[in-house]
Amino acid sequence: MYPDISRISLHLSGVTKVYPGVVALQDVDLEISGGEIVGLIGENGAGKSTLMKVLGGAVAPDGGAIFIDGKKVEGLTPAAAADLGIAFVHQELNPFTNLDVAANVLLGREMTHGPFRLLDRKAMSARVAPILSMLGTRFGPDDPVASLSLADQQLLEIARALSMNARLVILDEPTSSLTLSETARLLEVMKDLRGRGAAILFISHRLSEVEEVADRVVCLRDGQNAGEVAGEAIHKDTMVRMMIGRDLQHFYEKTRHYAGRPVLELRGVRTPAYPAVPVDLTLHAGEILGLAGLIGAGRTELALTIFGIDRALGGTVIVNGEELQPGSVPEAILKGISLVPENRKEQGLLLDFAISQNIALPCLERLSSHGIVDRKREGELAERSRQNLTIKAASLNGAAAELSGGNQQKVVLAKWLATEPKIIIFDEPTRGIDVGAKAEVYHLMQGLADAGVAILMISSDMEEVIGVSDRVAVMRQGQIAGTLTQQDLTEENILRLAVG
Amino acid sequence: MQKKDIGLAVLVLVVGAVVALINPRFLSPINLANTANLIGLFGLFSLAEAFVIVTAGIELSVGSVIALLGVIFVDLIVTHDVPWPFAVLVVLALGGVFGLIHGWLITRLNLQPFIVTLCGLLIYRGVARFYTKDGTAGFSFGDDFPVLEWLVSGRTGGVPHSILAFTVVAVIAWFVLHRTVFGRHLYAVGKNAEAARYSGINTKRVIMAAYVICAVLTGLSAIFFAMYTRSIHPASHGNFYELYAIAAAVLGGFSLRGGEGSIFGVVLGVILLQMLQNLVNLLGIPSSLNFAVMGSVILIGVIADTQIARHRDARRQANALARATAPTPQPQQSSNPA
Repeated sequence: MYPDISRISLHLSGVTKVYPGVVALQDVDLEISGGEIVGLIGENGAGKSTLMKVLGGAVAPDGGAIFIDGKKVEGLTPAAAADLGIAFVHQELNPFTNLDVAANVLLGREMTHGPFRLLDRKAMSARVAPILSMLGTRFGPDDPVASLSLADQQLLEIARALSMNARLVILDEPTSSLTLSETARLLEVMKDLRGRGAAILFISHRLSEVEEVADRVVCLRDGQNAGEVAGEAIHKDTMVRMMIGRDLQHFYEKTRHYAGRPVLELRGVRTPAYPAVPVDLTLHAGEILGLAGLIGAGRTELALTIFGIDRALGGTVIVNGEELQPGSVPEAILKGISLVPENRKEQGLLLDFAISQNIALPCLERLSSHGIVDRKREGELAERSRQNLTIKAASLNGAAAELSGGNQQKVVLAKWLATEPKIIIFDEPTRGIDVGAKAEVYHLMQGLADAGVAILMISSDMEEVIGVSDRVAVMRQGQIAGTLTQQDLTEENILRLAVG
Repeated sequence: MQKKDIGLAVLVLVVGAVVALINPRFLSPINLANTANLIGLFGLFSLAEAFVIVTAGIELSVGSVIALLGVIFVDLIVTHDVPWPFAVLVVLALGGVFGLIHGWLITRLNLQPFIVTLCGLLIYRGVARFYTKDGTAGFSFGDDFPVLEWLVSGRTGGVPHSILAFTVVAVIAWFVLHRTVFGRHLYAVGKNAEAARYSGINTKRVIMAAYVICAVLTGLSAIFFAMYTRSIHPASHGNFYELYAIAAAVLGGFSLRGGEGSIFGVVLGVILLQMLQNLVNLLGIPSSLNFAVMGSVILIGVIADTQIARHRDARRQANALARATAPTPQPQQSSNPA
């Protein structure tokens, strides 16, 4: 049996951290002790990540103090933080898939025997096994990590934290890529660890999960404390109010769209992800068609095939009655298709490029004469976009990297709107952006649909799919499992089609 | 012009002033003309390399191509009596073909640029030596091509034509890289090929074009070198030139990770490297230390660059901290990266 975890008592007092051009944290207080789960919420850019880095010793605060077990800690380093029992489970997992579970858990602390420090695999397995059994994992210490699902990799990270005698486990958006049942299991593990005396700091945008497990919720806004609630008072509406500092009305404003003529038709399209499954789908002018399904159902792959990133293995894509040449992005853009990709930082933007250059990139030909970029027109386009989409940026010549997630997404939108598309595919349009920016994105989508643009929206956020779409197509293992119209658009119906 | 370029320009002036003070012969017309000639010769293929480096690629076969195309050029004119304008065209076209092959292997077969061009380096060098049966290709006494010689290695008002050619190519390259759609695409592809592709840029075509431009310019450079040396020993002709080109680009602010650097920077890099060579000669430093001096200066330059950047960040941070205590913090204006 695994022993109980000794209880930590941590207190951050008046922590301030300043980066070039931005005050990330200003006078922030946070307390957490063993045996409690504290939710840390806030919009993107509110200072959650910086606060975490301060806790982990990766970033030295410019002001304030850290007290652990009543003692003031000076000059915290990552190694010292680990020694004090602070462990992270990061949002993006990077396990060594070429090693087994025990080797990953004990990486850097391998057990050895003999003068040549040979690996003692048996001792390592024996050390890891009780931790795994406490977490109730379905995998053992000798299993290869390559075969673990994303959810199991989360548990692996937690096992690693516990193997280092962690007393405070910080989970950063741990459920953002998990399925519903995996999420439920992770929440159970968190509760169990709390029962054993661990302190858990749970950072999440998913407020219903925070509501379910947290004993206390601390909210940050613009790098400052923006309120705290505990116990029964933890409620989604309260949390949203704290996060945005006002009531959020008409979050999903849905106007009825009357679908016009079909603008995009897929006839027997087969994608590289599911080569044997032909897909038929029709998208009409002026409608928002939600594309729901579990992760891995082939939704993104379908979008990439339509947009020409991937080449269709068969079938035809018809845009406004004309057949689309497969596997050519320039051709797709020319025919009026835009894709707002899933991964904003890798696919959507050139982070080091200026905001204005990012916006101009897909329609650069139009802004140039004889192959020479007209920088005046480029600047004008950027300025128009800034006004239309209320992009908050110090300068349009500044790098896109310096913007918050929501504003980056607006730059991606601006860049595609500048191509005057007839069809826009949104792939997880609001992932990782804050509540306020989400509402703006929805508002924009409604406006586009009103103007006759056809929108295909891939989303794993059930509320979003139901709140925004006129129709919803559900994918399962590469095929369209069914299409739901407004009257039977419910969470159960979508799930039933998605899991089959 | 970027801050980096200004720093490099200052360094060039400082080094020049120091050398001139120690040895006034540095500023003598004959030394200046000779140095200018070398800047022109080495500058042409350094500009070529920049086009590839900006796409996050690398071209290692520059020196071997200069040897092979040089040998072919001389052979066409001397042995086969091909009219020289036609020989020039053949050499440039061959360069284009080499570039196409490199680009095709890199973009279509997804081979790494380092490997493709390393193989090019070995193959072209070997072929050049085989072509001349490991002998020397050159013009004999009495071979006379006055127009060609005047064009390539002549001088106008004491200014070598090689540096004029270099200037013209640099201006065109500046325009292409910094003002055209194609130039923007080169930077985009180098910075993040995936995002570039998602923005509708035909990344394969852009990369292919970069290798073709590089190889054609290298062909032009090969002609200048052939006429400069007048006799080519293919086992040593152009050795290490690719490393010289890479050094000039890196010194000029190009990142081997791609997407960064300016033509102005490469030009300054080439000038500085030639001045260093000149410095070694004029200051009586043993010429065997040539590479060591070059390497040390590049290393110091790169270290200074990163340290200055770090210092600037720290200062910005301190300013921001000062502002944090003020009632309304103002967002910092940032500079344009590309």
